[in-house]
Amino acid sequence: MIPLSWYLLLAAALFCIGLYGVLGRRNSVAILMGIELMLNAVNINLLAFWRYLTPTVIAGQAFAIIVFAVAASEAAVGLALIISIYRQRSTVIAEDVDLMKW
Amino acid sequence: MTPIQILFLVTALAAVLSAIMVVASPRLVHAALWLIVTLGAVAVLFVLLDAAFLAMVQVAIYIGAIAILIIFTAMLTRRVMGEAGPQANRSWWLAAFIGVLLFGALLALLVQVPAWWQATPPTIGVTADFLLEDLGASLVDLDRYVVPFEVASVLLLAALIGAIVLARPAERSGGEGAK
Repeated sequence: MIPLSWYLLLAAALFCIGLYGVLGRRNSVAILMGIELMLNAVNINLLAFWRYLTPTVIAGQAFAIIVFAVAASEAAVGLALIISIYRQRSTVIAEDVDLMKW
Repeated sequence: MTPIQILFLVTALAAVLSAIMVVASPRLVHAALWLIVTLGAVAVLFVLLDAAFLAMVQVAIYIGAIAILIIFTAMLTRRVMGEAGPQANRSWWLAAFIGVLLFGALLALLVQVPAWWQATPPTIGVTADFLLEDLGASLVDLDRYVVPFEVASVLLLAALIGAIVLARPAERSGGEGAK
């Protein structure tokens, strides 16, 4: 069967790719997509640990459901913020939103 | 190589390749579509992990709501000159280095637990129906996870109200009320 470490390696790879997306992209929507990749990697980790270490305790799946809810609300508010910034400044490039930089 | 292992490797390869296309696509809408492919591959992985309900939640919420929201926002915030311009910022090499470094660190941690490299999943002694009922019961059970469940509800309400307030068009100065 599939060892646990394969799932964890895949989740680590997705997390690191999402991290590059957050740190290395200019567009704010692309940064949000990187954040969603990281949250998916976390969910894979949670469910893999649930399945392989404690399959009788449902806490792993409940945790993953809460992560879904948090990810959905954070995506909604983040995208509303991006649309609002676009209306004011006509840009979605993260480095151009620099009013509060010293 | 059992068929399940081959299925896992194909799905994992699809997930990683489409994730790389998400962070490397020059056009934003293409990146959002690659994100949908990644989310679908992750849903397949959830099915392999005997969490079929969460696979459906992934498809319905992530692909059906969040990815659609991202595509809407990409359409609504198109810059006037099109998507010209580099998509990677000035320190993209540092971001790539940090990503590779973190992956190396996680790999180094994983090789130190040999039990996880040959683990076969323990058998779940109950049916999938019982697991689903238990998941639902655990989210409302006073001794278990009712508090995170209710807090998540309040969080969703706050996010809903916040998103509506943030995305409301600005009121014009000669507005409705005669002052």
